[in-house]
Amino acid sequence: MATDITTAETSDVVGEINKYDFRTESQAVFKARKGLDVEIVHQISDIKNEPDWMREFRLQSFEIFQSKPTPTWGGDIEIDFQDIYYYLKPTESQGKTWDDVPQEIKETFDKLGIPEAEKKFLSGVKAQFESEVVYGSLQEELGKKGVIFTDTDTAVREHSDLLREYFATIIPPQDNKMAALNSAVWSGGSFIYIPPGVKIEFPLQAYFRINAESMGQFERTLIICDEGSQVHYVEGCTAPMYTTESLHSAVVEVVVKRNARCRYTTIQNWANNIYNLVTKRAVAYQDATMEWVDGNLGSKLTMKYPAVYMLEPGARGEILSIAFSSRGQHQDAGAKLVHCAPNTTGQILSKSISKNGGRSSYRGLVKVEKGATGSKSNVVCDALILDPDSRSDTYPYIEIAEQDVTIGHEASVSRIGEEQLFYLMSRGLTESEASTMIVNGFVEPLIKELPMEYAVEMNRLIQLQMEGSVG
Amino acid sequence: MPEKLTITNLRVSVAGKPILKGVDLEISHGETHALMGPNGSGKSTLGLAIMGHPSYEVVNGSITLNGEDLLEMKTDERARRGLFMAFQRPMAIPGVKMADFLRHATTNVHNPDRKEGEELIPMREFRKQLRSKMEQLRMDPEFARRYVNDGFSGGEMKRAEILQLAMLQPKFAVLDETDSGLDADAVRLASQSIADIGREKMGLLIITHHDKLLEHNPPDFAHVMLGGRIVETGGVELAQELHAHGYDRIREKYPDADADNQAMVAEEVN
Repeated sequence: MATDITTAETSDVVGEINKYDFRTESQAVFKARKGLDVEIVHQISDIKNEPDWMREFRLQSFEIFQSKPTPTWGGDIEIDFQDIYYYLKPTESQGKTWDDVPQEIKETFDKLGIPEAEKKFLSGVKAQFESEVVYGSLQEELGKKGVIFTDTDTAVREHSDLLREYFATIIPPQDNKMAALNSAVWSGGSFIYIPPGVKIEFPLQAYFRINAESMGQFERTLIICDEGSQVHYVEGCTAPMYTTESLHSAVVEVVVKRNARCRYTTIQNWANNIYNLVTKRAVAYQDATMEWVDGNLGSKLTMKYPAVYMLEPGARGEILSIAFSSRGQHQDAGAKLVHCAPNTTGQILSKSISKNGGRSSYRGLVKVEKGATGSKSNVVCDALILDPDSRSDTYPYIEIAEQDVTIGHEASVSRIGEEQLFYLMSRGLTESEASTMIVNGFVEPLIKELPMEYAVEMNRLIQLQMEGSVG
Repeated sequence: MPEKLTITNLRVSVAGKPILKGVDLEISHGETHALMGPNGSGKSTLGLAIMGHPSYEVVNGSITLNGEDLLEMKTDERARRGLFMAFQRPMAIPGVKMADFLRHATTNVHNPDRKEGEELIPMREFRKQLRSKMEQLRMDPEFARRYVNDGFSGGEMKRAEILQLAMLQPKFAVLDETDSGLDADAVRLASQSIADIGREKMGLLIITHHDKLLEHNPPDFAHVMLGGRIVETGGVELAQELHAHGYDRIREKYPDADADNQAMVAEEVN
C-alpha cells in the first residue's frame, strides 16, 4: 500500500514549508515524530530532494521491512522500531553541546589522547570533522585521477547514473529485515568510485569526506573498484561512538572488478546501549581480491558477517574479524565466503575476546556452489575467554556442492591460563599487565594488518578495556 | 651482612596432597647451591613455592628475604624484590615479542615502585642493554623479535630463560633443570652463559639431574632431596658422588623418605 501514496500528498508536506527554513523547522517535526511509517519515509526523501527512483526504492524497501519478521537467531533483538528517530539531520547533532556528552565518554577520549576537534566530531557535537582545510588538497588529487569520493546523498544527486547501476544490486532490500530498514531510511555513508587502473596508495578514511553526514545511524556505503584499481578504505575510529539513539544499521556494498583489489577496514567501538546490525557484502570478479578487516568493540549486540561472493575464476576473499565483548555485550560476528566460480580462494581469520560476562560468537559460512571446482577456503577462529562468567560460541556453517575443493576449519577456545599469568608475573608484571599482554598477543595477527595509527589506538583501547578487569 | 633467602620448615601441598614435608634451606648472596634428587622428590615444587605459584599451597613454614616475609607477596612483587626462576617448561605467549615482554619485565624489576601505566625504560636504553646481553650470550638478534617461547625448540626455551636471567639481574635465582633436554654443546653453552652472567652477583639454586651444569658452576653446597625433604647437605663432593653413583646410597640410608618419594611418584603416574 505504501507505494500508492501519491506525490501530490507528499509534496504537500514539503510545500507547507519554505525549503530553506525546512531544516530548522523539521527538527521539531522529527523530534515529535519518532517511529517509522510511510510518511516518515517520504519526508526523508523530501528533505534530501531525491529523484523519484530513490523515493520508490525507499517505499518498496519499507514494505519489505514491514513484511519481514525480526530475526530470531544470533542475538536477542528487542528493539521497539517505533521508539527510534530515523533521520537525524546534521543540524540536530550540531545543536548538542559538549556538556551533553557523558563523562565516561569524555574520559575515554582523554585517555586515548583524541584531539579536541576530533572529540567533538566523534561525540556528535559537531556533525562533521573540519576537514576542508586539511583534506582539501587530497580531494583535489583524487579528483584529478577521476576518483569519486563523496557521501552517498551527494552521489545520488551528482553521480546518479553510476550509483544507480550498482546501488542495492549487491544487497537488495529483500536480503534481510535490517537491510530493508536501511534501504528505507538510509542517510550518509560513503560513495567511492575508483577508475580502471588507478591505485590509491594511502588509506581513504571516512572523515576525509567533505560536507558529509559522516556518521549516521543508517549509513549506506557503496564502493566500486573498476578493473585493475586498488583502494583501502577505513571507517570508524577506536574512540567510543556516542549517540543518543540505540540502533545502528548500515549497509555496505562493494564491487571489485577484474584484477582490482579492495580492502575495507572497520574499527568500531560502540556505546553499550547500541544494537549494531550491519550488512556488508562484496562481489569479486576475475582475479580480484576483496579483504574485510573488521574490529567490533562495545555495543549491546553486534550482528555483522562481512561477505565476499567470488563470482569469477581466480577471485579471492579474505576476512579478518576481531570482537571484544564485556559485561552486557554480545558480539555475534563472523564472515561469509561464497565460491561461485572455479579456482577461487577464501580465508577467514576470526578472533574474539570475552571478559566480565561478555559473550562472543563466531558465526560463519563457507559455501561452494556447483561448478566452483578447485576452490580453496580456510577458516581459523580463536576465542579467548578471560573469566568464568564470560562465554564464547562457534557456529561454523559449511555448504559444499562440489567435489574437487579444499576446505579447512580450525577453531580454538582458550582461557587465559593460570600458568601464562604466573609466568609473566614471575617476571615482575602485575596480574592486569600480564592479562593485557596476553590479550594483545592474541589479537596481534590482526592488529598488524591495521594502518599504523589505528593499530596504536587499538592497542591503547584494549589496554583501557583491560584496566580493572582483574581482581 | 650478605643478603639471605631463608626457607624454614616449609610444607607445601598441591591440590591437598602434601609434597614438601619440612624443608630448611638458607642461601646467601654470592653462593651457588645445587639441589639434587630423584624424580618426584619435590625439587621443582620448592622453586615454584618460592616464586608463589598459586597452585602450590604453603601450609606451614616460612620463606623470607632478609627477614621480610615473601609468603605475603604476590608473584610479581617477589620478582620485583629480586627473585627469579628459570622454568623447565616456560609458557608460550603467542603474539608477544620477546623484546616487548623483556622491556616490560626489565622496567618493573629494575624500578620496583613503578605503577601500572607509567613509562617503560626508554627504548634506546633498553635496546642497548638487550643487544649487549644477547651478544654476551651469543644469541641471534632476530631472537628478540620472535614471540615468547612460541614454537621454540627445547634449547631455545632454555636460552630464552637465561637471557631473562641476564636482563633482570635478580638477587636470587632458581634454575630448574636448565640443562635438561639439551645436547652436549647446548649444555656447555648454557652453563658457560650462567657463569658469564656472574654467579657472584646472585644467590643461585641450581636444580639438576646432571653434573654438567655444575662443572662450569661448581656449587658451594649440594643438597639431596628425597620424599619432600632435604636429607643430606654437603659440598661439591656430594654432587660428584651422586652423579657418579646415583641415589641408591641415599635411598637406603633414608628408607622413610624413600617410601614417601615412591608414593609421590606413583601418584604422579596415576
